[in-house]
Amino acid sequence: MRETDTLIKVEDLRVSFFTPAGEVKAVDGISYALGYNEVMGVVGESGSGKSVEAYSIIGLLQNPGRVIGGSITFEGEDLLAYTPEQMRQFRGNKVSMIFQNPMTCLNPVYTIGDQLMEALTCHDKSISRQDARARAIEMLELVGINNADKRMDQYPHEFSGGMRQRAMIAMALICKPKLLIADEPTTALDVTIQAQILELMKSLQKQENTSIIFITHNLGVVAEICDRVSVMYAGKIVEQGNVNDIFYQPLHPYTRGLLASMPRLDEDAHERLIPIEGTPIDLLNPPKGCNFAPRCKDCRKICLREKPPYADFGDGHISACWLHFMEAMNKGVGAE
Amino acid sequence: MASYILKRILAAIGTLLIIMAITFFLMNAIPGNPFLSEKASPQAIELAFKKYGLDKPLIVQFRNYVSNYLHGDLGVSLKMQEGTDVAKILFQQGKFDLSIKLGISALVLAVLIGIPLGCIAAYRRGTWLDGLLRVMTTVGVAIPTFVLATLLLAVLAVQLRWLDPKSGSLTDFRSFIMPVISLSSYYICYVAKLTRTSMLDAINQDYIRTARAKGVKTRVLVLKHALRNSLIPVITYLGPVTAGIITGSFVVESTFQIPGLGKYFVQSVLNRDYPVIMATTVVLSALVIVMNLVVDIAYRLVDPRITLTNREG
Ligand SMILES: Nc1ncnc2c1ncn2[C@@H]1O[C@H](COP(=O)(O)OP(=O)(O)O)[C@@H](O)[C@H]1O
Ligand code: SF4
Ligand SMILES: [Mg+2]
Repeated sequence: MRETDTLIKVEDLRVSFFTPAGEVKAVDGISYALGYNEVMGVVGESGSGKSVEAYSIIGLLQNPGRVIGGSITFEGEDLLAYTPEQMRQFRGNKVSMIFQNPMTCLNPVYTIGDQLMEALTCHDKSISRQDARARAIEMLELVGINNADKRMDQYPHEFSGGMRQRAMIAMALICKPKLLIADEPTTALDVTIQAQILELMKSLQKQENTSIIFITHNLGVVAEICDRVSVMYAGKIVEQGNVNDIFYQPLHPYTRGLLASMPRLDEDAHERLIPIEGTPIDLLNPPKGCNFAPRCKDCRKICLREKPPYADFGDGHISACWLHFMEAMNKGVGAE
Repeated sequence: MASYILKRILAAIGTLLIIMAITFFLMNAIPGNPFLSEKASPQAIELAFKKYGLDKPLIVQFRNYVSNYLHGDLGVSLKMQEGTDVAKILFQQGKFDLSIKLGISALVLAVLIGIPLGCIAAYRRGTWLDGLLRVMTTVGVAIPTFVLATLLLAVLAVQLRWLDPKSGSLTDFRSFIMPVISLSSYYICYVAKLTRTSMLDAINQDYIRTARAKGVKTRVLVLKHALRNSLIPVITYLGPVTAGIITGSFVVESTFQIPGLGKYFVQSVLNRDYPVIMATTVVLSALVIVMNLVVDIAYRLVDPRITLTNREG
């Protein structure tokens, strides 16, 4: 990818929560670049820092969370230098976000139409009510809601879960943002609805040319929609690459574990699913060496002493694991 | 909507009947009667009993009350203004108007001061202002109305002589101060506490995060998205507030010598003026019932999830 094609660039981002018990390093030095019209999946178990990372892009971090290092550059602009008012104008306009639970994410006491139109009017004071309404109706139709004109005046409780998520998507896209952050948008929905929403997001992505950061703990969803994948563990990206590399040539033991623990359509249906043993580390007291070491079957001595650096496998495929360096050394020895 | 209100009116009539029954039997259970005095001879009392039908069995007396009330006849006073129509006493001598004026002022203050104070406390949570408001409202809900009224009287009227201890007919602003403060202080503080709690609850909801993600301004976030949701419990509380203000007015009107319904009611009980006791109770209960209906409708206006028709009145 050429530098000019980069929409958002995150470099060595660090976010900590300063709790009474101590500093929780929720995001601990992650980097990636996302191009225009590109969909990146962010995968990892619950608590790995996926949401926190997303919130720092869109300025939704709340006390006691703070960005303590790194940079976020969006179309060449330094987001971390934005004033609160600049950030407000940026949110929902250039980047918007949808969330996990559509049942609680819409305000119960305002109509769907009101909430859609608000997304528009809080960035464009000059737009007339009729124009805003027309645009909102157009968006509802776009996300596949029938009778949009009538639906506009209904309240969230009159919508089903899937319909609300559609309305959320309509609301997120109404200002034609360059980037949509979807934080587990299908996790709370049942399987058939999940598939529909995913299908909708895929087609809208093509139609509107929106880049998407798609956060999920479900690798199956990633395969459906993403071009590239970042695998997160304990606040770090442990492996990153295009979707085929991650699925067919996973390198990091954690990614392999995730793949082994998920049902796959392309393999023998009777294959046993193997969950990753152990629980995520305590972010208050992270280990000195590799974060995954306590759960890793391939753990070596060095893993306990030092954090593994990234090994680059070309085409943007990187993985942070000591094994890669040992393999390289062994190969080197063998060649001599 | 219309059928809902009709249902509520029917239910209200039922409630009023029950209240009448309870009041009737309770007031007859207190010893004494309207005609007892040093001068009155047993014969004279017996005569009076006959005249006003008090010699009949209680159940017959009660039936008469109910049928008279259904015909809009509240009876006549037996003692305090002997022979005068009770309806005339309550409504045409300014008593009702006076009490309504006082009560509504207290209610309006509770809402107009309590809600903003609660919002400020929630918005500035954890700051010195929030702390100060917490101390003030905690003290406010801890002091009983009669204690506050007596304190105000002792300090402002007796000690400092700033205000007239007798508020009278509340014709000027100064006479309003002590009664309205005594009557509303508890509710201002309670509404403020309630608003703060429900506001903080609302601010942490997912839909607030959604609104922030849309780029909504903080002011709109608080005043539009959070406030309307946090008003729901506050509105529900206004029914009990009305009832509380009415009972509070018995004390406050007596303390500040305001010739309203509250003071008159207390006197009617002391005088065993049965028809007055009965009528005042019914009028005040009707007020509370009407207020509860208003609350329910307001509730509906604020929270679209509640539909009036699918709830039983
Ligand atoms: N408000 C908070 N206070 C303290 N720690 C928090 C807070 N929010 C998140 N964290 C920490 O950040 C970590 C990552 O959280 P999150 O990004 O929500 O995970 P997920 O990957 O499931 O989205 C959590 O494990 C938690 O330790
Ligand atoms: S660095 Fe060591 S502990 Fe960490 S994932 Fe690789 S092998 Fe396992
Ligand atoms: Mg999350």
